[in-house]
Amino acid sequence: MPLIETQRLGKEHSGKQVLKDINLRVQNGEIFVLIGPNGAGKTTLLRILDLLDEPSSGSVLFDKTPVNYSASAKLALRRRIGMVFQQTALFNTSVFNNVAYPLKVRGENGNTAEKKVKETLKMVQLEGFESKNALKLSGGEAQRVALAQALVTEPELLLLDEPTANLDPKAVSIIEEALSRVNRERQTTIVMTTHNMFQAQTLAQKAALLLDGRIEKTGTIQEIFEVPSRHLASFARLENVFSGVSSVVEEGTSLVDIGGGLRLEAAFTKTGEVTIYVSPKDVILSKNPIVSSARNTFKGRIVEVADLGPTVRLKVNAGRVFVVQITKRSFKEMRLNVDSEAFLTFKASSVQAV
Amino acid sequence: MLEVLHVTLLSLRVSGTAVLIGALIGVPIGTLLGLRRFRGKQSLMRFVDITLRSIVNTFMGLPPVVAGLVVYLLLTGSGPLGPLGLLYTPTAMIITQLIMVIPIMIGVTMSAVGSVEQGVREKALSLGATDTQAAWTVLREARMGLLTAIIVAFGAAISEVGGIMITGGNIRWVTRTLTTAIVVEVELGNFALAITLGLILLALAFVINIALTVIQLRGAKR
Repeated sequence: MPLIETQRLGKEHSGKQVLKDINLRVQNGEIFVLIGPNGAGKTTLLRILDLLDEPSSGSVLFDKTPVNYSASAKLALRRRIGMVFQQTALFNTSVFNNVAYPLKVRGENGNTAEKKVKETLKMVQLEGFESKNALKLSGGEAQRVALAQALVTEPELLLLDEPTANLDPKAVSIIEEALSRVNRERQTTIVMTTHNMFQAQTLAQKAALLLDGRIEKTGTIQEIFEVPSRHLASFARLENVFSGVSSVVEEGTSLVDIGGGLRLEAAFTKTGEVTIYVSPKDVILSKNPIVSSARNTFKGRIVEVADLGPTVRLKVNAGRVFVVQITKRSFKEMRLNVDSEAFLTFKASSVQAV
Repeated sequence: MLEVLHVTLLSLRVSGTAVLIGALIGVPIGTLLGLRRFRGKQSLMRFVDITLRSIVNTFMGLPPVVAGLVVYLLLTGSGPLGPLGLLYTPTAMIITQLIMVIPIMIGVTMSAVGSVEQGVREKALSLGATDTQAAWTVLREARMGLLTAIIVAFGAAISEVGGIMITGGNIRWVTRTLTTAIVVEVELGNFALAITLGLILLALAFVINIALTVIQLRGAKR
């Protein structure tokens, strides 16, 4: 059942059409990401979904009912929604008071409220921060407080605007974990914007690609990313996107020279300039060369390790830098570290032209 | 000695009352203007908004003597409010200082509220606050600015001479304050006394500012 829906929604800002003909349908309990370059209208759309702005045309449906913009109806609806802004404005008071604020304005005080605040702070791993002043926190901590503020009322719908932009990897993984947990345990529906394509792929089930105020493409995450469009590659920090020169070796197989002495075998027939993409999930990492049917194997050196909690993300320089994602378990068992030598293996069919 | 005490207390009473009443009137108006309720697409609203702001800014720089003159003309025997018999009373002096204090309170509150308005108000609304609760939250976040408004207004009021000289009349034991007493003593050639009064005035301003600054710093830490 759709929880929130927009129909032919448009928004005009001082004569400029910021959103055009937006038709979205977010189902109950799903995580939906809005991706697109800066200025595509993602934030405007989220603000309309949070009822902070009214659409110039079209309508928003919440629970299949068109949104009524009277003050009391807006308040009632907003109290079922949680929102995390990109630029976090916390109140100049303790972390506890900040997180208790949404409960206080709803008339909830006392022990139950205190318990809820504590539980929510635990969810974003900020136990013990209760009495600290919220304005003295680091960027990552502040964003986790902002998330706690949105989560403490257990909203049906959670809206997030670039929740992990410019944060340290630890804060990013804490926030991602909290998001997937509320989605799993409370069936909270989440609509978020992100620039982080990896985050979009790991967290969300559905996505919409927003370009210039229009929806360019919408569908499941697989549909959006399996065959990344040229648009997506042009703005997204997509990992493992390379441009090179392709030459056909035989029907259905080409060799793509991407520089750095690397020639990738690809399962397509193309000649000339191409842009290719290798999904980080399709790359196998090994300490020694492995014998397999996969057509591409390259030796490289690990240049960066980022701990994402259950998984580890590595950057491996094999002439060009590849991003690889592996579980923490295999990372430990393989005793890898920065500067370790490693082999990358992937199939010719994993090399996609975009 | 007793007279010096009386003069000091009257100064505090007049300026303190003016600031208090001025805050009660100026803070709500400044908050409303700062919340930009008048901002809208309608050109009439914009016109009202711009006019109001310009009036406030003009009156923030109003010479106290002019305020005194206006109040004098209102309260004088043949003036519209003459029958009230308020001329040459501390009440007349409070009214005079109110005219200069209110625009200061409005102006400083307006900019303090305006500087936190956008982010804080929307944040409060999105967290489920009603419009009124959100406005209170904005005011609370702007509390440092409100304290600044009080400090600025009190400083202006306690050091003011021209206005209260006209409407108070500088009558011994009745309407003589620290500032108007200094004027008289200088005219009489009693420089020692004038300097003493001046030092008292300075010390008063200093003590009150220390108190307010302490509150301000504590507020910042909370």
